Amino acid sequence: MRRVNPDERAKIAFWLNGRRVSGEAEPRMLLTDFLRHVLGATGTHVGCEHGICGSCTVLIDGVAQRGCLTLAAQAEERAVTTVESLAGADGALNALQTAFQKHHALQCGFCTPGILMSFTDYFARNPNASEADIRAVLGGHLCRCTGYAGIVEALVEASRSGNPAA
Amino acid sequence: MKPRKFAYIRPDTVDEAVAVLGEYGDDARILAGGQSLMAMLNLRLVEAAALIDIARIPELDTIRVAGDKVEIGAAVVQNRLLAWPDLKSRLPLLGALLPFVGHFQTRNRGTVCGSIAHADPSSEIPLSLAMLGGEVVLRSLRGTRVLAASDFQRGVLTTAREPDELVAAVRFPVAPSRHRVAFREVARRHGDFAIIAVAAMVEDAGAVRLGVGGMTGAPAIRRIEMNGGTAARDAIETLAWDLEGFEDIHASARLRRDILRRIGPVVIEEACRCAA
Repeated sequence: MRRVNPDERAKIAFWLNGRRVSGEAEPRMLLTDFLRHVLGATGTHVGCEHGICGSCTVLIDGVAQRGCLTLAAQAEERAVTTVESLAGADGALNALQTAFQKHHALQCGFCTPGILMSFTDYFARNPNASEADIRAVLGGHLCRCTGYAGIVEALVEASRSGNPAA
Repeated sequence: MKPRKFAYIRPDTVDEAVAVLGEYGDDARILAGGQSLMAMLNLRLVEAAALIDIARIPELDTIRVAGDKVEIGAAVVQNRLLAWPDLKSRLPLLGALLPFVGHFQTRNRGTVCGSIAHADPSSEIPLSLAMLGGEVVLRSLRGTRVLAASDFQRGVLTTAREPDELVAAVRFPVAPSRHRVAFREVARRHGDFAIIAVAAMVEDAGAVRLGVGGMTGAPAIRRIEMNGGTAARDAIETLAWDLEGFEDIHASARLRRDILRRIGPVVIEEACRCAA
């Protein structure tokens, strides 16, 4: 049984984008804050902090979920995947990111990391998603710039390209 | 915002979990998916001396068909049940309403039992448990207690769970073959809290069972006789006044009654058409 007292700073270790990482956290520290403040991985954005806006979405063991509704302690020994993993080592964008660029699917870019991570999971499990399916999943995110049209176009194209998360 | 301080405890077994819960009682909160709890902690609407994380307990992460019931353990997430191959044949009502429970991203983490334990009046899963006459399995150091859905949910966010009890599983009765159901809800945006949720199930040739969420503190279940003409419409009119509805930031009581009047007959018709 794992037990961490309220004021205790426990060592938390997991895999971030395939790399072993660790740091210290109180039990109440959210995964988003652990990623950004302790590990310095600022690709994951923090918006509403109560699960509504979706900008903090990350993958845990390959499954998209809200980073702000997750304690760092809950990610212990799991595989966490964030937006930093999508582009190649040379900085080349993947198919999903390329489609976002082509269709102007972002303006300020605040919501973008979360949307990219949601669809990295969703397309992996649903390779033949319809536009209606895509809109339903996009419903878990808020974008205040684009009006969503470009995002839907980008996602539909990425879905048709076969292997959008590649 | 950030939550207040609490201890984090992650037991490895149900026995350990109920022992810790017995120690803390009301001062502890069970953390499974945390899709409601973590939001409330972040907003400081609730506080706890300890969070007991049960998400990794293997014996709670099971979907089991036992006789004429499907038992779903407390660590089973909503999207796992949605992907269960037997869902449409054995639990067609859940097949119809699970896609409306939150968003893809929250269903990946939110649990079936957590939704029932949380007991939000507009939630779809407690409505389905009440409609089907399911059961809630509670475990504590004192033993195991099984409550009918109607005895479990008492009102808004209020249940019959004692402070030392863990909702370990819920049991849904398996549907008879060719079971006819329909479900609709009205929300501002797909996946948001339902203003009104309505489920209908054909009981026999002459009647449907109607379940309404979002009008009262706990789901309202009624048998509606279908003796032709305007019988169903009249029954829903009576039901709307009966339940009254409540007012919050999403809708007035009057709007709630109006929505029920409009979607109630549609859902009944869909369930019946399905039966024809």
